Amino acid sequence: MQKCFSLFYVFAKIGLFTLGGGYAMLPLMEQELVDKRKWLTRADFLDTVALAQAAPGIMAANVAILVGYRRARTWGSICAISGAVLPSFVIILLIAVFFRAYQDNPIVNRLFKGIRPAVVALIAVPVFRLAKTANIGWKTVWIPVAVALLVWLLNVSPVYIILVAGIGGYWYAARRESK
Amino acid sequence: MIYLRLFITFFKIGLFNFGGGYAMISFLQNEVVFKRAWLTTTQFTDLVAISQVTPGPVGINMATYAGYTAVGDVWGSVIATIALCLPSLILLILLGKWLYQHQSSSHIQGVLAGIRPAVVGLIAAAALVLCNRENFVDYKSILFFLVSFILVWTRKAGPILVLVLSACGGILMY
Repeated sequence: MQKCFSLFYVFAKIGLFTLGGGYAMLPLMEQELVDKRKWLTRADFLDTVALAQAAPGIMAANVAILVGYRRARTWGSICAISGAVLPSFVIILLIAVFFRAYQDNPIVNRLFKGIRPAVVALIAVPVFRLAKTANIGWKTVWIPVAVALLVWLLNVSPVYIILVAGIGGYWYAARRESK
Repeated sequence: MIYLRLFITFFKIGLFNFGGGYAMISFLQNEVVFKRAWLTTTQFTDLVAISQVTPGPVGINMATYAGYTAVGDVWGSVIATIALCLPSLILLILLGKWLYQHQSSSHIQGVLAGIRPAVVGLIAAAALVLCNRENFVDYKSILFFLVSFILVWTRKAGPILVLVLSACGGILMY
């Protein structure tokens, strides 16, 4: 009970005080979970983050699930993820309600006219940045190009893309191993 | 009925979204804007902006906002957010221990190596879909795009600062 409450509290605090999404949360998580509360060693924390990134879903929520489970099994997971989600949920809901009332306001309109092209730029930058870290070279560049065209022009569901890419990766790795 | 649809849609996104918040934009676009038409492209762009500048994980913010806009009430948010988190909750509770031990196995690494370049394509598609007449209304929009791109690319400014600056720019220039 005590454990569940502290899990909820720690992740709610982290969720409330970090701007900029999951990756911005990692330093604060490390500080809270490793240095302050000593729930995990630094090596455990790094393993947990690696697994949270590799698993599907929201990375920050996955860290909460994994840390919660280590501390207090299933209920620990549920408490930790509830904590991680709750501040975002409440804040966004208030904004959504507020925005619905003010979306036709002329100032809000002008503000979003400036913001919309900037949003496109925000999404475009990680494309080039990730292309570097994913080691995309001349031999593999066709994969992101083909995916982008399929999804953009033919509206192919990303679900199929992920399935095919995952199976393709598995097959490629298995074939290389058998050689 | 719409609640069930909402649940299935976000459960699916939670299950297949590898690659973080930016990759999720592509899933959301495909499901919520294109297939279900719960949001217009303009509403969707605004949703991405608002989710970036508020605290917490961006994916959670997007689900909560999209759920509310799709249905028009709080239950839409609740269902979308829970459905998004549920697949990884189940997966990691059941298989967490096994995955800790096997995450560096060649099979799992192979699957992830296949997914990684595809995710780059998904994010590119998300950006391309948003290059439309609603978001780019005139030459000033292109200016906003270029300045934002350069600021973020050169790491002179983070996403939040760029959005705040472009909001101020929007008020001044329109």
